Amino acid sequence: MRKDLEKAEPIKGQVEVKNTTCYMCACRCGIRVTLRDGEVRYIQGNPEHPLNKGVICAKGASGIMKQYSPARLTKPLRRKPGSDRGDGEFEEISWEEAFSTMSERLEHIRKTDPKKFALFTGRDQMQAMTGMFAKQYGTPNYAAHGGFCSVNMAAGMIYTIGGSFWEFGGPDLERSKLFIMIGTAEDHHSNPLKMALSKFKRDGGRFISINPVRTGYSAIADEWVPIKPGTDGALLLALINEMITQGLYDRDFLVQYTNSAQLVNLDEKSSEYGMFVRAEVPVEEGCFDPQNKLWWDRNVNKAVVTHTAGADPRLMGEFKLEDGTPVKPAFQMLVDRVKEYTPEWAEDITGIPAETIRRLGHEMGVTARDQKIELPIAWTDVWGKDHETVTGSPVSFHAMRGLAAHSNGFQTIRALSILMTMLGTIDTPGGFRHKAPFPRPIPPCAKTPRGPEGVKPNTPLGGMPLGWPAEPDDLFVDDKGEPVRLDKAFSWEYPLSVHGMMHNVITNAWRGDPYPIDTMMIFMANMAWNSTMNTEGVRKMLNDKNEDGEYKIPFLIVCDAFQSEMTSYADLVLPDTTYLERHDVMSMLDRPISEFEGPVDSVRIPVVPPKGDCKPFQEVLIELGTRLKLPAFINEKGERKYRDYPDFVVNYETEPGSGIGFLAGWRGKGGEKFMKGEPNPNQWQMYEQNNCVYQHELPKSYQYMRNWNKGYLEWARHHRLTRYAEPILCHIYSDVLQQFRLAAQGKTDGKQPPDHLRKRIETFFDPLPFYYETLESQLTDKHKYPLNAITQRPMAMYHSWDSQNAWLRQIHTYNYLYMSPELGTKGGFEDGDWVWVESQWGKVRCLCRFSEAVEPGTVWTWNAIGKQAGAWNLEPKADEASKGFLLNHVISEELPPTPEGEHLSNSDPVTGQAGWYDVRVRVYKAEETDEKISYPQFKPLKPVPGQEKKRKPWMAYFAGKGKRAS
Amino acid sequence: MHPAFSVIFLTTLIGVGQGLFLALYTGEIYSTLDLLPAQGGQFYVIGSVIAVVFMAAGLLASFFHLGHPERAWRSAARWRTSWLSREVIVLPAVISATVIYGGLHYFGWGMTADVYAVKGLLSPTILVGAAGTVAAFALFLCTGMIYACIKFLQEWASSLTVINYTLFGLASGFALATAYAAYSGSELVSFYGVIAIVTTVVAFITRVASLFRNARIKHKSTLQSALGVRHNRIQQRSQGFMGGSFNTREFFHGASVVWFKSIKWVFLVLVFPVPIALLVAGINAASFDLLAAAFVVQYIGLIAERWFFFAQANHPQNLYYQTVG
Amino acid sequence: MTQLALVIDLNVCVGCHACVTSCKEWNTSGIAGSMSDDRPYGESPTGNFFNRVQSFEVGQYPNTETVHFPKSCLHCEDPPCVPVCPTGASYKREEDGIVLVDYDKCIGCKYCSWACPYGVREIDEHQKVMKKCTLCVDRIYDESLPEAERKPACVMACPTSARLFGDVHDPDSQVSVAIREEGGYPLMPEWGTKPANHYLPRRKTKLKIHEDELIRADNPLKKEGHLPTPDESTPTLDDSTTW
Repeated sequence: MRKDLEKAEPIKGQVEVKNTTCYMCACRCGIRVTLRDGEVRYIQGNPEHPLNKGVICAKGASGIMKQYSPARLTKPLRRKPGSDRGDGEFEEISWEEAFSTMSERLEHIRKTDPKKFALFTGRDQMQAMTGMFAKQYGTPNYAAHGGFCSVNMAAGMIYTIGGSFWEFGGPDLERSKLFIMIGTAEDHHSNPLKMALSKFKRDGGRFISINPVRTGYSAIADEWVPIKPGTDGALLLALINEMITQGLYDRDFLVQYTNSAQLVNLDEKSSEYGMFVRAEVPVEEGCFDPQNKLWWDRNVNKAVVTHTAGADPRLMGEFKLEDGTPVKPAFQMLVDRVKEYTPEWAEDITGIPAETIRRLGHEMGVTARDQKIELPIAWTDVWGKDHETVTGSPVSFHAMRGLAAHSNGFQTIRALSILMTMLGTIDTPGGFRHKAPFPRPIPPCAKTPRGPEGVKPNTPLGGMPLGWPAEPDDLFVDDKGEPVRLDKAFSWEYPLSVHGMMHNVITNAWRGDPYPIDTMMIFMANMAWNSTMNTEGVRKMLNDKNEDGEYKIPFLIVCDAFQSEMTSYADLVLPDTTYLERHDVMSMLDRPISEFEGPVDSVRIPVVPPKGDCKPFQEVLIELGTRLKLPAFINEKGERKYRDYPDFVVNYETEPGSGIGFLAGWRGKGGEKFMKGEPNPNQWQMYEQNNCVYQHELPKSYQYMRNWNKGYLEWARHHRLTRYAEPILCHIYSDVLQQFRLAAQGKTDGKQPPDHLRKRIETFFDPLPFYYETLESQLTDKHKYPLNAITQRPMAMYHSWDSQNAWLRQIHTYNYLYMSPELGTKGGFEDGDWVWVESQWGKVRCLCRFSEAVEPGTVWTWNAIGKQAGAWNLEPKADEASKGFLLNHVISEELPPTPEGEHLSNSDPVTGQAGWYDVRVRVYKAEETDEKISYPQFKPLKPVPGQEKKRKPWMAYFAGKGKRAS
Repeated sequence: MHPAFSVIFLTTLIGVGQGLFLALYTGEIYSTLDLLPAQGGQFYVIGSVIAVVFMAAGLLASFFHLGHPERAWRSAARWRTSWLSREVIVLPAVISATVIYGGLHYFGWGMTADVYAVKGLLSPTILVGAAGTVAAFALFLCTGMIYACIKFLQEWASSLTVINYTLFGLASGFALATAYAAYSGSELVSFYGVIAIVTTVVAFITRVASLFRNARIKHKSTLQSALGVRHNRIQQRSQGFMGGSFNTREFFHGASVVWFKSIKWVFLVLVFPVPIALLVAGINAASFDLLAAAFVVQYIGLIAERWFFFAQANHPQNLYYQTVG
Repeated sequence: MTQLALVIDLNVCVGCHACVTSCKEWNTSGIAGSMSDDRPYGESPTGNFFNRVQSFEVGQYPNTETVHFPKSCLHCEDPPCVPVCPTGASYKREEDGIVLVDYDKCIGCKYCSWACPYGVREIDEHQKVMKKCTLCVDRIYDESLPEAERKPACVMACPTSARLFGDVHDPDSQVSVAIREEGGYPLMPEWGTKPANHYLPRRKTKLKIHEDELIRADNPLKKEGHLPTPDESTPTLDDSTTW
């Protein structure tokens, strides 16, 4: 630094500033990138971006070190003949060679049996594209990472309120007064939540965090309520119990906007048992909840059609219809259900004193009741009633994987959604609010094919690869009820696995159950390390051969920007670009970045040229789609339709002339339309000129109560967000689930589960939320394995991505197992000692760190800090490999065998959500003679062709050609 | 603090040099006053050369501590506020005085010279020596104050630091002078030897006093004041990085508790009883070997003492760097 | 006289490290750069940072508070690191109170770091000069930046706006008001360094529910005829009166 800075010459260099969208995590903040002489000088949050308003996180601000990381892949690679998968022995090939290899292989598969090609992707932010490619190809075997991430959160809430957290909706902290965060790790999601949380606290809001661990967001909570992992359902049911006992629920809301008052058929002999009694058969069957159910009107003391003008329905009681059918309002069913779930009952399960549970219930209920927000916004409900104001209760919630990643997560999240609904906080000011394109009908309309006939050679898939089953007949199973998909999603084992089950794909393909496949393509998912359960086993499967010497998974293609544990197993490695080198869309067809006030989507525009021979994965798919002549990628003459991905984004329409494409903004010839409109050749430029983001603000009267808001629903229908403008009543009682239960009981005519699964379906497809101990816990000797082990992601690291980032890895270069000091006292070890953490599946040696901020029955660590030696082009001695560890080694992808199945996934039986946090462990001191290094260890990986082999002992990054200041 | 060998050598070597110079000069004063037999000029010349060699070696060692030794000249700039800057000025002054002192003797302008009308206490060597003595004590003060002036390094922030630096310089310098006198067959062996023993004994008292003081220090900074959080149970969970930083390398000695404690006993033995015994034996036996051994042992002990001096100082910044996590 | 400083609000800091890396990112290519990293891809990676976020646990389970604690140079009003510098490389600016190091004068003796009780100076092991937070002096006066962006990089980045920036000598500035009204305090006041940076403590929002708030005439249970009634088996006067 020069002393007279004001007089100091500025650092010379050619400076450019470009906007794009961050991708250091899934949050998708707007960023402004300053380049000097073509090198990245500075990445800041874009102050004009609606999502992050100028702020940036630790990862985003370290993007430079990702861009220039020595872990970058730069050349297409082929596994050296004769080398084993996992050895990481590669030779460089040309893209042409790569494409011809792939298209030859894929063409043959498509001609014969397209399901033998499986495409699975990580947190790719391009599911609209990858899913479309799979559908066009004709394979059902496609999914992204949702199944092992947080599908319970999506499914549990969407099947209850038609929306969910994060991209789909969230807490309105601007107007909230009491905020309860439950089961939320450090960074789901990131900047917008941090911004809102800080503002909320400064505005005097009260923040309660319920979590086994107090770090990150929980640190700044006004109250921390530690809870035992996997028991959140018990807490939530006890809260519901207390709200009902005290009458602290929003009766009007429940009556008007939910199915609470609808009458349930309780005639045990009827095939309609447990279903809502319907007044008449609807004129039109569609993807919506027909308004033909009954209420018990207190005025006339008999059943009337719901929302009959002047009717005042009973929420409680039991009645008999004129034909003698016994009925109860859905709410009474809930009351009956939660009767046994008292706070005292929950205390034993959750470890939270009953008194605290009661107080929490009172805080929620009284705040919601007495601090009502009334906004002077007139709106009209779908039943035609005009409202002068929008009212809300200022109690909001946020939850994520702490609830989701358990095998009881779906029902837990149902309970949470019901609690939120009882407080009258759905799409109201101060409560939960939707983000476009949500709310969706319950369930949303997309459906998979209903059987193997949907998969035909040389034909696009007869439905979506992923969908939202509304009834047993929607399942994707064959005549015997066996799965059509490789991951067994949408089968009787996991009927509502709406995000697929990526965590079982490799195991299933290896075992040939339900069938062997030929080619697996993995994009951006580290399935040989942190993105898989049973890591060591899965690595063996990837490298396992049949007796004839052929690999059990014959051909493995991996596309990634970085060398990783997974790329070492590939037969063909495709070098992807970084986020600063590519076009991308955060599409309304995938998960856009909408705000409460209306739809928002955004794009990435390259700010630097690709390194080496890197090619964006989208370009790979377009090239492959064109070579394979998939209908969407060729014109009538059978020729290439799209020059490249930017061209595709502009011109692709979901159906010819539909006017719906990947981007919602500046559609129409001159960019005058939005959501729907003909392609606009200048669409990219318009995004570029507008901070890479398109935001549509709905009229105020459409911004709330959208499940039942006539104006909004008609607007959504007009702009083709939805097909119907029918109300979306919250499902306190889920007749969707009841239909599956009825099928399991053999009471329906449609698809039936295989006999060995009947009990399972009947148990877990309960139309009302209930608590059960997680499946793995039920099958574990808890005396031997007394502890719960969980992981969370630190704010300064995005899963495995950032260990190659020179700055971020200084913050987290290895990981400890955090635990209560009590465990050390009992086990005779000290803070910082090497310990073994062992489950029934295996054991890991790691360093322990005592903490007062963890529930004593829980141990936890940061996820995915540990690495295979040499992976991510780190030096083999790097701490990530020698001291870091991966908890995945002690977590299984399958449950112990039971009469219900030999190979059931370690997942939620409803949604197939991976039960990451169900594992039970014990911890004991490592022997003095044990090596002071984490266990297990693997053979170090070597750099691959195209990577810098020499590593500098030190570096001092300085962008541009100017001399660094000295 | 992390003991840096450059600083350990700097402070111990210049201490020896200063002490030796002071011994030479004290001897000359006594001789001038006819309290001791006069020494030939060569005695002072060689003695001064040895003192300069020690101080120059110390100066050289200090350069290894600097990131930019080529800019060392700049460090004289802030003598108004910085004890380090003052040391940078005074150390060359002492060296210069010693060089001149030796030079005067070399040219025969010592107390025995008859070139001046006035002899004795107004001779050039006595005057230069007086200036050198002032400078040498000023240097003890500067060196000590570099450490003593940092008030939050409470182990150092004491007049004992300056006293100990001075006494250790004197003791080691007089011990060296004793051996030197024995080697050159001078009669001053027991004179130097007795002073060496006395200063060593006094240094023992003051050093032990500082050990006692430091063992009882109540550190003013606590995690409570460092964070501004009032709770008697605060534990760091993460210092914010895992692979170390300047803060973890510069301010922690990094040695084991056993090593740390044994170094204390090593210096307590090597600096005090062993040299005293060797001095007594050496004086009685008139053995250069024993006296040389006394100096060498004491000097090695001083390296340990200085290591311990740094290692024992608890920097309040360390409160912020307790746990990797 | 102006004294620029940061006020860090521990009440909202979630410990995300955004300030840590945004600082590094701005400064490594800025006038205070570069900022070196040793063994960036090897064992024990370590590097130059002007700002760190630490975490502390206060109290014992279950009454544990987790405190995230960002720390950078506090730009003391009476900075002990300045007078000890033998060359004058370490200095405090008259005009805005920022404590800086003149790299051209620094001899890399590290004495200033010893004289800082807070541990916020770091030697650059390769440039061999002492480095520290500059309050982004090359941003805050840069007229080529929009006015709203003339702030330190960490302040711009902070997602929870836990970092306030301004003149603590101006009683009406946002930072002075925050210190005054939100209980702002300096670190280690015992040394009289008068840090310009201040910290705002945790503040708790509590909710008191009175028992009678659970009783309401419009309790919806009333409508269903299900107002809570005491358990019949609990004792009443009926069981014990004798008239």
